[in-house]
Amino acid sequence: MSDYNFAYLDEQTKRMIRRAILKGVAIPGYQVPFASREMPMPYGWGTGGVQVSAACLTPEDTFKVIDQGADDTTNAVSIRKFFEFTAGVAVTEHTGEATVIQTRHRIPEEPLREDQILVYQVPIPEPLRFLEPRETETRKMHALEEYGLMHVKLYEDISRHGNIATSYAYPVKVEGRYVMDPSPIPKFDNPKLEMAAIQLFGAGREQRIYAIPPYTQVISLDFEDYPFDPSKADHPCDLCGAEHTYLDEVIIDDAGGRMFVCSDTDYCAGRQADGHRGRLSPIQEAAE
Amino acid sequence: MTNPLFSVRDVAKYYGGRIGCADVSFDLYPGEVMGIVGESGSGKSTLLNCLAGHLTPDAGQILFDTRTGGVRDTREMSEPERRMLSRTDWAFVHQHARDGLRMSVSAGGNVGERLMAVGARRYDTIRAQAIDWLGRVEIDESRIDDRPTAFSGGMQQRLQIARNLVTGPRLVFMDEPTGGLDVSVQARLLDLLRSLVREMGLSAIIVTHDLAVVRLLADRLMVMKSGYVVEAGLTDQVLDDPQHAYTQLLVSSVLQV
Repeated sequence: MSDYNFAYLDEQTKRMIRRAILKGVAIPGYQVPFASREMPMPYGWGTGGVQVSAACLTPEDTFKVIDQGADDTTNAVSIRKFFEFTAGVAVTEHTGEATVIQTRHRIPEEPLREDQILVYQVPIPEPLRFLEPRETETRKMHALEEYGLMHVKLYEDISRHGNIATSYAYPVKVEGRYVMDPSPIPKFDNPKLEMAAIQLFGAGREQRIYAIPPYTQVISLDFEDYPFDPSKADHPCDLCGAEHTYLDEVIIDDAGGRMFVCSDTDYCAGRQADGHRGRLSPIQEAAE
Repeated sequence: MTNPLFSVRDVAKYYGGRIGCADVSFDLYPGEVMGIVGESGSGKSTLLNCLAGHLTPDAGQILFDTRTGGVRDTREMSEPERRMLSRTDWAFVHQHARDGLRMSVSAGGNVGERLMAVGARRYDTIRAQAIDWLGRVEIDESRIDDRPTAFSGGMQQRLQIARNLVTGPRLVFMDEPTGGLDVSVQARLLDLLRSLVREMGLSAIIVTHDLAVVRLLADRLMVMKSGYVVEAGLTDQVLDDPQHAYTQLLVSSVLQV
C-alpha cells in the first residue's frame, strides 16, 4: 500500500464527486457541474473518468480499464497501474470479473450486469457545442428542451453525404428528456446504452458529470425517412471469426493488405480460447 | 371591425436615467404594415427589441392575439411560451443577415431549422419546403447546399427572410431590412417583401431611417425622436403633409436625384 489516501483523492473530494454522481443519476442525461481537481495526468487522458472511478472504488472492487476497446494500450495501462498503486484494488482484463470498468471510446461486447459500474471518459460533454457556441444559450436550450438544432446537424449530414455520416459521439435522447453526448463511442455501441449496469460519465476539463441509470430508455436521434443505423465494417473478425462485433481495420503491408479484428481485445481473446478461428488465425492451431 | 393583432400600451424602456423609449402606444391590425422612422438614437431599435421580447421593457403592456390562448400580454408569458411564440407566430429580420443566419450551416439547413424546432422529423418534407422557400425568395435551387458565406449580401438577406417566414408567422419584426445593400438590390428586396407581405397577409413592423422604404411598404407610420413618438398616421398623409417640425425636417432632408 502507498502513502496516498485510498484511490488518490481525499475523502472530502470524493464526497463532493459522489454528490454530483447522485444528482446525475437522479436526472438522467443532465450535466451536473462539479469542482474537477487537478489530476497527475494531462487533460484529455481521462481526468474526468479517473475522478469518477476514484469516487466509486471500494477496497473489494476489481478494476478494468479499456482504451478504444483494448486493455494493453498506454492510456489503459497507466490508469490501471495508477489505481493498483494508489488504491491497492485488484485489476483484471476480463470484463466479466470486473466490478468497475473505466472506458474510453467503447462499450464492452460482453453484456454488463447489474453489479457493475461503467465509467466513461468524456472530452466534450455538450452535444450542442459546435452548433451553438454560447454556453449560456445551450443551458437554456437544455432547460427548455429546445433540441431542433440537433436535427439541423443531422440534416446537414444527409444533405452533404446522402446519409447521417455522424459515426461516433452520436447524440441520444435519454428517458425522453435530455439530449446527451454519449462520449466518442462508435454509433455501433449506441443501442448498448440501454443496459443493466449503471453508466457514469466524467468530463474533467469541462467539469461535468452525467449518468444513465440501469434500464433507462436511450434513443438515438434520427429522421423518419433516414432512421438510425448502428453500422460497422462489413467483415468478420480475422482472428476469432465474430460477425457481430465492432472491428478495427489494421493495415498489414504496403500492398493494400489489411485485416479486420475485434476492437474489444478481451472479447476476441475469449472467443479464440473457446476455439473460434478467423481467416488469419495461425494455421497449425486451426488444424488441431 | 376586427380586433387588433398586436397592441402596445405605454411601453417604456430606460437605460438608467436616460430614456430609451417612452409612452409608446399603438394598435396593429392583421395584414397591416407599420413603419417606424427616426434618426439614429431616437429609440426605434430599442422599441423594436422591446416589442420582440429581446429587451424587457420597464413599463407598459404588449398584447398579442395568440392562435390558441386569445389576447395575452407577452411580458407575463413564461420564457418557454415566449420563445415558442418567437419561433412560430413571430419572425425577426435582422439588419445584418449574419446576426440572423447560422453561417456554418447550409442554406437548406438554415431554412429548415425553424421547421425542425417545431417538430418536423421527415427529411424529405423539410427539404421540399426549403426548396419551395428558396424559390419564393428568388434563390436558385442549386444553391441549397451552399453555406451563406458563399452568398452575396442581398442573397443572405433574402435567405434570412425565407428562414423566418417558413413557419408561416403572422407578425414580422424588421430592423432596417435594406440597410447595407446597394440601391438596385434594395429595390428588388423591397419588391419581394411587398409581394410576400400581401400574399401571406402578414402584419409587419419595420424600423428604418429610409423614408423610401416606408413609402413603399408601410400602411401607417410612426415618427420617433428622443425616445418619444412625435407624429403618427397614414404613411402618405405623414410624408405629404408633415405636422411636427422634426418630421418636416426629415422629409425635407431626403436627397432628390
